[in-house]
Amino acid sequence: MSAALETRGLCKNFGALAVANAIDFRLERGARHALIGPNGAGKTTFVNLVTGALRPSAGRILIDGGDVTALPQAQRVKRGLARTFQLNTLFRGLSVLENVCLAIGERLGVAGDMHRPAGSRRIVIDEAYAALERLGIADEARRPVRELPYGRQRLVELAVALGLEPKVLLLDEPAAGVPSAESGVIVDIIESLPADIALLIIEHDMDLVFRLARRITVLVQGAVLVEGTPQEIAGDARVREVYLGERA
Amino acid sequence: MRADAVGGAAPQAVEALARAHRLKPWELAPWLAAIAAYFLFPSYLPLGAQILIAILFTLSIDLILGYAGIVTLGQSAFFGAGAYTAGLLAAHGWGEPISGLAAAAAVAGLLGLASGAVILRTRGLSLLMLTLVIAEMLQEAANKAGDITGGADGLQGMEVWPLLGHFEFGLFGRTAYVYCLVVLFLLWLVARRIVHSPFGRSLTGIRENEARMHAIGSPVFRRRLVIYAFAAALSGIAGALLAETTQFVGLDSLGFERSGSALIMLIIGGVGRLYGPFIGVPLYMVAQDRFAQADPVYWDFWIGLLLIIVVVFARGGLLGLAERLLRRRGRKP
Repeated sequence: MSAALETRGLCKNFGALAVANAIDFRLERGARHALIGPNGAGKTTFVNLVTGALRPSAGRILIDGGDVTALPQAQRVKRGLARTFQLNTLFRGLSVLENVCLAIGERLGVAGDMHRPAGSRRIVIDEAYAALERLGIADEARRPVRELPYGRQRLVELAVALGLEPKVLLLDEPAAGVPSAESGVIVDIIESLPADIALLIIEHDMDLVFRLARRITVLVQGAVLVEGTPQEIAGDARVREVYLGERA
Repeated sequence: MRADAVGGAAPQAVEALARAHRLKPWELAPWLAAIAAYFLFPSYLPLGAQILIAILFTLSIDLILGYAGIVTLGQSAFFGAGAYTAGLLAAHGWGEPISGLAAAAAVAGLLGLASGAVILRTRGLSLLMLTLVIAEMLQEAANKAGDITGGADGLQGMEVWPLLGHFEFGLFGRTAYVYCLVVLFLLWLVARRIVHSPFGRSLTGIRENEARMHAIGSPVFRRRLVIYAFAAALSGIAGALLAETTQFVGLDSLGFERSGSALIMLIIGGVGRLYGPFIGVPLYMVAQDRFAQADPVYWDFWIGLLLIIVVVFARGGLLGLAERLLRRRGRKP
């Protein structure tokens, strides 16, 4: 069976600098997979290559077995790929509710409609509100995103991505910038996501990785160093040296 | 939170969004004012028509700049293209005004589509320069093609037929004023509909965060191109209105000054607000008419000062300022 997401020999060079070096990667359906690595390992570049924000220098990207290497970002989203951003990337001047409505509207294919008022599609607004309820931020629905504390904005970040009903969800440091007292809410939400969504979590925080991931890929200098279960990774000498060793 | 969902808050947030597009009573205010002006200032109707045309032109800039976040200094390219289209038709034997508007809209819209397909691949300063370049190129072309356009002397010999075969464009500008007002109203209705449509909301999304729009699967380039072409058509209609009501087209219709001053009027009124042009344009043009007579030397100085004050202290223009004041009062009952 084809993987939910797969890359084959994925390369990206900026001049002489290889930020992605022949990355072969498989994300199985319903996976709980983490991508870790020291600063500058190329994690975010990898996400940008997969989503189409960057064009690869070489290699292929497949979603659900279909080659999407040549497709623009929007087309990959239609194939079921969604992402969140390490730094909140939201419609800051719009209300929380409308942030989610935009995503749902795109998913339902009604966002290009120039004739009917957006408000007349209650189905979009109701669904967006229900999503906010599930994430516990329905009471903020009317507030502009920029007025929310950063931690609450992280939840909107998730809500927008989930509004796309993705099959593959890339979470780029989902708890980054959130005080540790509040990050539990985010972890709980990620843990309770539907089992059929394949999750790829790009993360720095090892506690979070070992709590969420059932498989881990370690990226170092743009290349895969090793992949395995959390136990294997924790016991791997090379990983300790390049990654965990840094912190000890 | 759960309790809210069952009780008040759920309907409130959802209802508010579902009702956002409904016409509010105060939205009629500009139109009542425009109708009142017709009766109160009969000797100023030619100025009134100019204001209405400038509002339409500024509205077109607001749609692309204020909603889609496309910066432009070259919107006059489309204004001028529309003006010359209607002008040339009227100078060569077809002076029917309404079809003249339609032709101007088509030419300007196609020009917007063609130029947008190229320049909308850029952003920010590059885009700004390219919009400027296109307007300059058109102006130079119109200057060089003097046989057709009249060059620097302007297009002579327009003969515009009576409106609907009945109403002459007379010296006092009554027909011109009502014509411009009706056209502006109809196009405002269309613009309002677009702004409140899902398409319009997605434009706001592009303005607020283009990266995220890509990430939620929005065809950003296509959306930007569509609104750019539409705004170009609106500008073309504004240009055609000017040509038909003044029976003259000059090179200045393509000039940078028109784009620049419209931008200033929009900033004063409020960018990204459907009613910004309705505040900024009359204020600017009436003030210009008054002050420029009294003190032509310092007119630019005063408008410059006003602009600085608005940009520094009243982000969102006068409408933005009014909104903030109202909200503050609302918080302290």
